[in-house]
Amino acid sequence: MMRILATLTAMIFALPLWAATDIQEVTSPGGIKAWLVEEHSIPFTALEIRFRGGASLDRPEKRGSVNLMVGLLEEGAGDMDSQEFARAREALAAEFGYDVGDDTLSISARFLSENRDEAIALLRQSLVAPTFDSASLDRVRAQVVSGIRSNEKDPDEIARKAFNSQAFGDHPYGSDYNGTLDSVAALTQEDIMQAHRDTLARDRLYVAAVGDISAEDLGILLDELLGALPESGAPLPERADYALEGGVTVVDFDTPQSVVRFGHTGITRDDPDFFAAYVLNVVLGGGGFESRLMEEVREKRGLTYGVYSYLVPRDLTELYLGSVASANDRVAQAIEVIREEWSKAAQMGVSAQELERAQTYLTGAYPLRFDGNGPIANIMVGMQMQGLPTDYIATRNDKVMAVTLEDVNRVAKDLLKPSDLHFVVVGKPQGLP
Amino acid sequence: MRAVLGILSLLFVVPTMTLAQEQVTDFILDNGMQVVVVEDHRAPVVMHMVWYRAGSADERPGVSGVAHFLEHLLFKGTDTLAPGEFSATVAANGGRDNAFTSYDYTAYYQRIAADRLELMMRMESDRMVNLRLDETDILTERDVILEERNQRVENSAGALFREQKNAAQYLNHPYSVPVIGWKHEMSQLTLSDALDYYKTYYAPNNAILVVAGDVEPDAVKALAETYYGVIPANPDLPERMRPQEPPQTAARRMEFSDARVAQPYVSRSYLAPERDSGVQKQAAALTILAEILGGGTTSVLTEKLQFDQPLTVYTAAYYGGTSLDDTTFDLIVVPAQGVSLQEVEDATDAVIAQFIETGVDADQLARIKQQIRAAQIYAQDDVGAIANRYGRALASGLTIHDVQTWSETLQAVSGEDIIAAAKDVFNKDRSVTGWLKPLTEAGQ
Repeated sequence: MMRILATLTAMIFALPLWAATDIQEVTSPGGIKAWLVEEHSIPFTALEIRFRGGASLDRPEKRGSVNLMVGLLEEGAGDMDSQEFARAREALAAEFGYDVGDDTLSISARFLSENRDEAIALLRQSLVAPTFDSASLDRVRAQVVSGIRSNEKDPDEIARKAFNSQAFGDHPYGSDYNGTLDSVAALTQEDIMQAHRDTLARDRLYVAAVGDISAEDLGILLDELLGALPESGAPLPERADYALEGGVTVVDFDTPQSVVRFGHTGITRDDPDFFAAYVLNVVLGGGGFESRLMEEVREKRGLTYGVYSYLVPRDLTELYLGSVASANDRVAQAIEVIREEWSKAAQMGVSAQELERAQTYLTGAYPLRFDGNGPIANIMVGMQMQGLPTDYIATRNDKVMAVTLEDVNRVAKDLLKPSDLHFVVVGKPQGLP
Repeated sequence: MRAVLGILSLLFVVPTMTLAQEQVTDFILDNGMQVVVVEDHRAPVVMHMVWYRAGSADERPGVSGVAHFLEHLLFKGTDTLAPGEFSATVAANGGRDNAFTSYDYTAYYQRIAADRLELMMRMESDRMVNLRLDETDILTERDVILEERNQRVENSAGALFREQKNAAQYLNHPYSVPVIGWKHEMSQLTLSDALDYYKTYYAPNNAILVVAGDVEPDAVKALAETYYGVIPANPDLPERMRPQEPPQTAARRMEFSDARVAQPYVSRSYLAPERDSGVQKQAAALTILAEILGGGTTSVLTEKLQFDQPLTVYTAAYYGGTSLDDTTFDLIVVPAQGVSLQEVEDATDAVIAQFIETGVDADQLARIKQQIRAAQIYAQDDVGAIANRYGRALASGLTIHDVQTWSETLQAVSGEDIIAAAKDVFNKDRSVTGWLKPLTEAGQ
């Protein structure tokens, strides 16, 4: 093992040239901006569109309106009903995805070069001219309601919901963006149209494209697809204040394995110490089988199938979260070990060897992400939302390597707060308060 | 549309196909190990996979889960690697590794920078035959797989239901036993159970190497000969014969109730023929039949049971043709609020009877074939998926030629073929109908 490592120490991995060297910043004639990587070897294009705000823009008492609206975008548009729209898309063999989270509304598309104009014209209908007809509204509402009911019996979802509601209360982050049975039942067509006006606007738009398309053609495409959207939407919500203190919350649920979500506050993406924190987390619980948490909780003690920690820098707050699942009679021990590891890392930091391993892993793994048009478009649209420049891809590994042992251990002291850790445990755990 | 949560495990997968443009090279080492090389030079990355033609259906009776248990144990030590060192070395080289076990195969893979391929081969070939295990490894790792079972199965009413239903589908074939194992047998697995399985099945003449990415076939061949080619074949490798199904002559019904069920549904499976080498036509027809019946908004079940009559919130059809022995054709029907399981089951049967009567809509079939064509283009963007497709097929009794002709076999399917396949497969005598219900619900 050591022999192998020694030969690798100074290595910085090469980046895939086709992704790193040639991101073009395109501005359409109508003023819409996008990032583009031209990749003409396969005759299709992957397009990723983001609107900042997402489900957090639900109006008061209208929780679930943005989620339901997004579910309806492809269920009837222009003069097509739901099935006519789907048949048109199938005939073009285009793929459209519509998704929403707390911070972001996402549209993903793949379309063939041979019928690009028709595919874009169709996608446009779903973005600018969805009909939100009452038959579709009721049909999709029933699907959402079914999902909400299922979530109420799903231990992972119960844990997520309990953690968020205690952490963020009335802020949108404090509730499930699917809405509640009551709130979704009460949503009207007007509420859905309002959610559409609030979220799909050009003042919060980010676009990336990778594939068989030129910059000029992309400019034309952007105006055609997005030019008719309103200039501005609803204001973004205030920052979310984290209100949870250290401790344990048990949610009683009759199931053999307790599901645990834990965490405390985190660090912003633009903090100068973000990379040090990121490297720290790889050592603690973010890596694969090699993290300290995996080693102590799974490999040494067999208490779980998986234990992870992750930095979650969101638009309106920052969290440091983790998850584990362990049989009801063993979960207390798993929690104890996690607490110990958290304390140990806070007090004693990580070793030089751990830092080096994490850096080698991170710098080596980075180019592996650029493995297709779709994944690259995803990365590029995410970079824009984070305010990163196009040359970030070329400099990112340097930033990882620039992290010193001093940095990591200073950040560990500051960021890891064992007494602030709150554990939400869903199940019938033994030996917990 | 929003997918209904909690029952996504049987979602339809658009069939992907082989491409004329796929750069695939294959050869066989002197010891019988099959090698497939898929070239994609767009990024300096490689996927290195070793597939064993051995899965849970190859286990001896009484040690269910041992194939999967052994998969975990392969990450312990060998003569030259300490426990955990395999994955640590992959990570230290910037790669990711993992493994998976199914009924018909066990596979190990690493995604890593292309210039690390030799190191991966050195380590993967080492653990093919040099595994060193002790009792401590066994006990801790057995706890891990029991927690894995807790997470995947015991904590999920839907998974418990599928497990019971699958056991009812197969009367004699070991596909009736869950891949992860029955809990009472998993908890008794021993070191010698794992080593028995290892010594029986882990050998180059029972393995397939798939290397996909920024590699040259000649270079892969040289490395493969150096690392895998020197391992002797196992002359005692057993022939792959599992107990086969007798004629199934009685429709089976089951109800599974659990307090954790929020959304009841009906799940029906029919025993169905799988893709066989050189004989893929019926499997191709069933693949398209599943898309016609259950492939989204325009599918027959959705149209009849969501749009024409608002009886369901979700319907799906699934057929997994890549299988060594008889597979299943599955239907899932989730009733709308206030509609009983009996009502949706009856309505589903009526829709299928009507479909067989009416025949295939020519426009729908044309659209599906257009999407299959496009899938060939989109598939080129994901070399890892291509590697998986070859590995899975070759481990399931198919040949490279079968993989490469699958696309044209699908394109050649006619409406008549599909109806004939539907008539054949939808035989209640070979079916299991399961109702998943909340524990408190009465009188459905």
